[in-house]
Amino acid sequence: MAPHGESTVASWPPPTHRAGDGGTGAPVTHQVRTEEDLLTVRHAVRAATVDAGFGIVDQTRVVTAASELARNAYVHGGGGTLTIEQVRGPAGRGLRLTVKDDGPGIADLDTALTDGFTTGAGLGHGLGGARRLMDEFTVHTGAGQGTVVVASRWTVR
Amino acid sequence: MTPHRPVGVPILRLGDVLVTGLLNELDDRAAIAFTEELTARISAEGARGVLIDISRLEIIDSFVARTLMELTTVSRLLGARVIVAGMRPPVAITLVELGIELVGVETALNPEQGLAALGWRQAQEPLGGSRRGAAR
Repeated sequence: MAPHGESTVASWPPPTHRAGDGGTGAPVTHQVRTEEDLLTVRHAVRAATVDAGFGIVDQTRVVTAASELARNAYVHGGGGTLTIEQVRGPAGRGLRLTVKDDGPGIADLDTALTDGFTTGAGLGHGLGGARRLMDEFTVHTGAGQGTVVVASRWTVR
Repeated sequence: MTPHRPVGVPILRLGDVLVTGLLNELDDRAAIAFTEELTARISAEGARGVLIDISRLEIIDSFVARTLMELTTVSRLLGARVIVAGMRPPVAITLVELGIELVGVETALNPEQGLAALGWRQAQEPLGGSRRGAAR
């Protein structure tokens, strides 16, 4: 929620960060307010996974997780933002996605993470499925508090 | 009804089979429009089979999966068998990890095998038997 470094970029492609420099470019935040934004975000995440050096299957996992989380923010959160960050861990490079919305929040997180649970038009695999596709996954939410999901995946695990 | 950004590729008719596909830019409105167009074509042309090429889909998330399942079910209710063809291997792996099995959706490795399953055959002699290769 803290408005740290609000570098809001609505255009694509995002500013280039140099590949192979340790992968710590500045985080880039994208709006998730319209259906078109969902596509823009997917393209940006795809480009970031390529930059980070992910293979094609991992690229697909991360982009799919981003799509689920962005759609959640759009549908359930009334719109939000998705921030992409190149990170470096002990074992190698990775990508961290932070998806925020100021929606009603999730009253019962355990239930929301259960497969088959849905309040919307999906299949109810969004949140739990996205968690399985990523290496690290935390959710900060509560009724009336909005939702922040931070999800990372590493190129080497 | 309302023309929108194209999401599907054109729906072609080959005998009693409709051949079409999905593009990456699928959103809610487009999915609804595509379902309406496809079902109207099935009904109007008495199609018995539908081949949906998805080789261009770079990801299938739960929204696209739901669209495919609904297209399949609605088509079946109209008497047409749907085969979804050309899923990319990374997409298949990711779908399973997401926990989505596309229950009830028939698949084929590629459009050619999908068409074969729907009763089409390749021409046996490429040079001689030109008119064969059509469906039953």
